[in-house]
Amino acid sequence: MAEKEVKLMKGNEVIAHAAIRYGCDGYFGYPITPQSEVMETLMELKPWETTGMVVLQAESEISSINMVYGGAATGKRVMTSSSSPGISLMAEGISYLAGAELPCLIINCQRGGPGLGTIQPSQGDYFQAVKGGGHGDYKLIVFAPNSVQEMHDHVAEAFDLAFKYRNPAMILADGAIGQMMEKVVLAPQRPRKTDEELKAECDAWAAMGKPAGRERNVVTSLELQSEKMEIINQRLQAKYKTLEENEVRFEAVECDDADYVIVAFGSSARICSATVEMARAEGLKVGLLRPITLYPFPTQQIAELAARGVKGFLSAELNAGQMVEDVRLAVGGKAPVEHYGRQGGMLFNPDEVLAALKDKLIKK
Amino acid sequence: MAEVEIKQENLVYAKPELITDNVMHYCPGCSHGTVHKLIAEVIAELGLADKTVGVSPVGCSVFAYNYIDIDWIEAAHGRALAVATAVKRLKPGTMVFTYQGDGDLSAIGTAESIHAAARGENVVAIYINNAIYGMTGGQMAPTTLLGMKTATTPYGRDPRLNGYPYKIAEMMAHLDGATFITRQSVHKPANVRKCKAAIKKAFQRAMDGKGFSLVEVVSTCNSGWKLSPVASNEWLEQNMLPFYPLGDIKVVE
Repeated sequence: MAEKEVKLMKGNEVIAHAAIRYGCDGYFGYPITPQSEVMETLMELKPWETTGMVVLQAESEISSINMVYGGAATGKRVMTSSSSPGISLMAEGISYLAGAELPCLIINCQRGGPGLGTIQPSQGDYFQAVKGGGHGDYKLIVFAPNSVQEMHDHVAEAFDLAFKYRNPAMILADGAIGQMMEKVVLAPQRPRKTDEELKAECDAWAAMGKPAGRERNVVTSLELQSEKMEIINQRLQAKYKTLEENEVRFEAVECDDADYVIVAFGSSARICSATVEMARAEGLKVGLLRPITLYPFPTQQIAELAARGVKGFLSAELNAGQMVEDVRLAVGGKAPVEHYGRQGGMLFNPDEVLAALKDKLIKK
Repeated sequence: MAEVEIKQENLVYAKPELITDNVMHYCPGCSHGTVHKLIAEVIAELGLADKTVGVSPVGCSVFAYNYIDIDWIEAAHGRALAVATAVKRLKPGTMVFTYQGDGDLSAIGTAESIHAAARGENVVAIYINNAIYGMTGGQMAPTTLLGMKTATTPYGRDPRLNGYPYKIAEMMAHLDGATFITRQSVHKPANVRKCKAAIKKAFQRAMDGKGFSLVEVVSTCNSGWKLSPVASNEWLEQNMLPFYPLGDIKVVE
């Protein structure tokens, strides 16, 4: 067996390596802090000379997401990355991708908002990623990495799910995960799909040039007849239901005997794992439920914890309280659910979260 | 009346093989149908039917995909040339063209259009300039002539209120990546023939990797202009062509 390839890398850099190694066909992006290293690393690695991957700097995020739309419409594995304000610009295109059922990967290395906000880490785009962001009823498959290793691993996992369900996928990271350096085990290089393989896979829907004898493929999200458009919407909703039933990913740390459970994702979850250790050292039975997919959300797992008798849940997020709404829905009134957060690019410390847990739930 | 017998040797015209049997939604007298026919003929004549991907816009011609029997991608409003860029970059052997109106290409999509041209993407933009927003009901376009009445300039386009019309073809001609910029029309048979030759040249150049081509077609929108088809053609000649003169604007061999 070949030796593992272990490197010390930034979260943003590893996205570039993981994409090339996955066999990604194209990256289209526009610089924005704190994720510009993704495209910088790709340009430095020159994958067009090795795997044949296309890397293109567009004139805006609007253009990059529509390049992703065009590339995905041909059946290719294409991606973009940006940070919060840039993702807002992409919202229209993301809605079109979902409406036309095009698989692709979008990375949001979040920064604090609203508006131009700050370039420091935040989780203020949870609603945007999970509830829509663009117009219409649609869902993204949303991964929330808590380490550089997961930044790497989620590239392949998100692409695979995107193609399995013909749906755009998003990695919802943040400036902390994107900028931190950590040890990472790199995946071996996979070949890009050949045109023949793509044809076999995507000939039923992709715009690749119409061979004689097959119907023309039209990639569109448009249907002016309401009766037909409703059926399209129902098909999308059925797909989302299948996703919810089959693709929830989460990590439960010390939850089995926990009296109190912290729910946190991404960099917050990383901080809160230290909170759990501190609490346990004090004799408090505290666990951590970390959603790895934010959509589909581990509703069932949280509901089971509530049914088992967990006395309270703390949703710890780098925002004013967004995921807490989904935690409340899952708990269904069986236990108190509180939120603790920092905003504006501020992170919390593990002891801050423990103090909040005691103050908001345990002392009551 | 004697029965007319169509003999093979008397056939002078047939529907292009790549035009579908779908009933066109375009108004009688509109230029879209003619330009669609020319594109279908060019694709067939160049033997590119299985290698072509069309990108349709938002506007009346959003449904171009119902009429030309090739693979299509329907783009968001204005973004067709960004979409086309990715298709061509990822599949360089593909003939990629966009079909866009004046609102799509030169208002909401100005950035995507200019930058695709500046990058010298090997794609063709067919640019239908009828000086009005047809599908939404006849509002002012970036190309609406001064004094022209539309739904949003009911007293005529006044530059102090509405700004001036502009010529994106001439703007693009300044860009190094844009190597074939031409302005055509289809209001007379001779113009139809010239327009077809221009489209064919543009498609051939895209396949030869010669850079970005824009084929502007000064077109009629008789419903939007509130004129009969015949009067529209006359109005086009008297009013549109002085401001949008026909002919090649830039050809880099």
